[in-house]
Amino acid sequence: MPRCDATHTPPREGAVRIPSGCAISGIMDKSGARHDGTDILKSIALMHDRSNGLGGGFAAYGIYPEYKELYAFHIMYENQEARKATEAYLDAHFMCEKQERIPTEPVRSIVNPPDIWRYFLGPHPVKLSMSGQDEAEYTMLHVFHINAVIPGAFVASSGKNMGAFKGVGYPEDIGSFYRIADYQAWLWTAHGRFPTNTPGWWGGAHPFTLLNWSVVHNGEISSYDTNRRYVEQYDYECTLQTDTEVITYLFDLLARRHGFSQEMAAHIMTAPAWDKIDAMEPSRAAFETALRNVYSSALINGPMSVLLGSDEGLLALNDRLKLRALMVGEKGSMVYLASEQAAIEVVCPDIENVRSIDGGVPFVVQLDEVAARKAQESAENTFCDLCRPAQLVGVVPQASKKAESMRATGGQRADAKWAEGGQNHA
Amino acid sequence: MLDYLLPRYKVLREDDLCVKCGVCERSCANDVHTLDEEMDAFLIDHKKCVNCQRCVVMCPTGALAITNWPQVGNGSNNWTLAAMQEIAKQSQTGGVLLTSMGNPKPFPIYWDHLLLNASQVTNPSIDPLREPMETRVFLGARPEALKVNEREHLVKTPMPPQIKLDVPVMFSAMSFGSISLNAQKSLAMAAQELGTYFNTGEGGLHKDLERFGAHAVVQVASGRFGVDTHYLNAGAMIEIKIGQGAKPGIGGHLPGEKINAEVSRTRMIPEGTDAISPAPHHDIYSIEDLRQLIFSLKEACRYQKPVAVKIAAVHNVAAIASGMVRAGADVVVLDGFRGGTGAAPTRIRDNVGIPIELALAAVDRRLREESIRSQASLVVAGTIRSSADIVKAVALGADAVYCASGPLIALGCHQCQDCASGKCNWGIATQRPELTKRLNPEIGAQRVINLVKAWNHEVQEMMGGMGINAIDSLKGNRLMLRGVGLNEKELDILGVKHAGE
Repeated sequence: MPRCDATHTPPREGAVRIPSGCAISGIMDKSGARHDGTDILKSIALMHDRSNGLGGGFAAYGIYPEYKELYAFHIMYENQEARKATEAYLDAHFMCEKQERIPTEPVRSIVNPPDIWRYFLGPHPVKLSMSGQDEAEYTMLHVFHINAVIPGAFVASSGKNMGAFKGVGYPEDIGSFYRIADYQAWLWTAHGRFPTNTPGWWGGAHPFTLLNWSVVHNGEISSYDTNRRYVEQYDYECTLQTDTEVITYLFDLLARRHGFSQEMAAHIMTAPAWDKIDAMEPSRAAFETALRNVYSSALINGPMSVLLGSDEGLLALNDRLKLRALMVGEKGSMVYLASEQAAIEVVCPDIENVRSIDGGVPFVVQLDEVAARKAQESAENTFCDLCRPAQLVGVVPQASKKAESMRATGGQRADAKWAEGGQNHA
Repeated sequence: MLDYLLPRYKVLREDDLCVKCGVCERSCANDVHTLDEEMDAFLIDHKKCVNCQRCVVMCPTGALAITNWPQVGNGSNNWTLAAMQEIAKQSQTGGVLLTSMGNPKPFPIYWDHLLLNASQVTNPSIDPLREPMETRVFLGARPEALKVNEREHLVKTPMPPQIKLDVPVMFSAMSFGSISLNAQKSLAMAAQELGTYFNTGEGGLHKDLERFGAHAVVQVASGRFGVDTHYLNAGAMIEIKIGQGAKPGIGGHLPGEKINAEVSRTRMIPEGTDAISPAPHHDIYSIEDLRQLIFSLKEACRYQKPVAVKIAAVHNVAAIASGMVRAGADVVVLDGFRGGTGAAPTRIRDNVGIPIELALAAVDRRLREESIRSQASLVVAGTIRSSADIVKAVALGADAVYCASGPLIALGCHQCQDCASGKCNWGIATQRPELTKRLNPEIGAQRVINLVKAWNHEVQEMMGGMGINAIDSLKGNRLMLRGVGLNEKELDILGVKHAGE
């Protein structure tokens, strides 16, 4: 590889922030009927020129109905040790029903792929109840731990009855590699990436996922550091330095923890302009003002088009100024979204009601059953896990001990014990 | 005793240009210029010149200029002429050296070591002339999460009181007494027009300014001058002043000669008596006492107004600020060591406190680490010189800034550092009627409005360049900053990367 300075390896994504352009596509059947991955492959492949072979991926919902009560972890390993360490960790904190290598197929352009496994598991009941967290919070923190601490291991997805299939390559090649045509899903999203630099590893590819969320995104948000520092107050760890990651955490914080509907969460992120709010009638203006006020740091600025997948369905969102393209079309119970209209028409030539998504107006597609259920529910949000996991409190700081006595009492072991406590603050 | 003091400045007069109109003589309260009728020439007492430049600006023919006194020192870096002159002054008077305005020493100015980002290719910059560019800011406590009814668009969580700023700049505390009523009125009128706030300082609120109450921050300081329930409810926000950047750890002293009838009525103290603000608040000897005062004030305004607490930026500022938030402060105000003052001991002004940039970065980080950043707003003061400083302060984590020297300069202040004498030729830091009438509040307000509007345009341009169209997304966005010429430790404290990284 030509390099001017042999000792200088380009940093991996996570160590640096890499701007990217992208293609995104999403296909959903509101009825919940499942379809294989052929169409999403075709749709994203059409936008080949919007990516540059340095990242592609898919998220699919409804693919593991036989394990739908369990978390499905897709984990990438760089080597045998990473898998050993991760599996030992999973063993300590989860009950695993089934584990297997994800079937893949050799593709000429995909070189040196990682070893990719999936696990169907649930939180260890005793550890869960001792943690004082709910199931989702518990699982999320352990996913953060694996991604942040275990070298060479990366959890690509961790939701129920869903999974992410991603890697370094053109999306159509990644799709063939993972044999996504073999999976049946009611919601597919896809991403083709045009990073300006080599991400250097597979974990950085998109979709980015957390629990049941998956996000594909095209744009470069200029509010990144404001948003990052906001979510990091609440124990989210932005290890990848990507927009997609921080957008996912914002959705998780607002929708799961603060209990807003996805639509309201999206509304908060693309809040109406002050001059619009000033023109509203007073009670509505007070409502919007309070939201902007409290969630000022959750406002997203800069070009973005986002597809958010979840167990409820699909949400599409453009930035307030509509700086990125995003088209939508419908046909019966099917909804198609893509960066380009052609990528919709290639899979559904007689598409109806094609239009572009408005800037700052969340476009929500829910499963019919979810929509029916939501209509019955209260419109008030309920907080969950607002209090962050307790800070790990020790007995005495290690730094206050003299080096000698630390050796004598095995100070290091004491540290290791705290880390094992599973609170991830080590 | 022979006076060893040399003049600081030399007044240059071009006799060819001088028409002997006498404007200079009438302009100068320090009696620098005197027309000698017999000789038909101006006598100049250089020693009295403070370089306020009033005569230079007023001279119709441009005949005047002020320069440094040409005397050189002996070349020593230790015993500079200035150091020796200070000794001469103290050996003459036996007093503490007094001065005014901000620390002039060549300490690092971190604003000038921070550079801003702009969008290129991967995302577009935004043109503020074409797109909305929002600079509105709210100050006050915020609940961490909001309970709402999404269908009916109703807020269920009670919202704490907040104040709304249309521009991210407020005018810092300057009391009536330390500045003239006309100066304060100029700022009050400007604040109203700009949708922001002026601060009464600890001099009470003059009855003529009560109509600007919706744009006033009323201050409660250790002297408690002018404080009663009416005062506390007359403003939009209450501010407890613990410390000032220019003189951390010490109080204040407004000499009796400045306490005229109006000042006396507004401060609620007898005419001609010295107004002494003790160094500490005598009811605050620890953090738990601060909590009591905060809540006394909240009670007094029936929880209708946010309560700010202002401290000087000192070594342990992050821990102190964290304690202030836990004590119930809705707004934390940090005043850096370059901040201005009407009067301060020179040694204190020049040697106590820390730069506001480092204090701001440390406090913002600590409040986030403690997950209490959203509980209070953060306002910084102490040499905000331009719109670029504002943008950098917000990117480091401030909600808004306080600025006083800038608006005073707009009113005519030339930073001569002689406020304490009470002979301000610009009618700002004086109570003498013949001087205060030089400042027309309407014209003064217009100059300040122009300045802040110009700054706000520049803030919008810089935000647009970064691809940001709401100041919310600039707040704490340290990725938009890069350091130049800073060492690892400084970058670490500021939480910014070096240029090129």
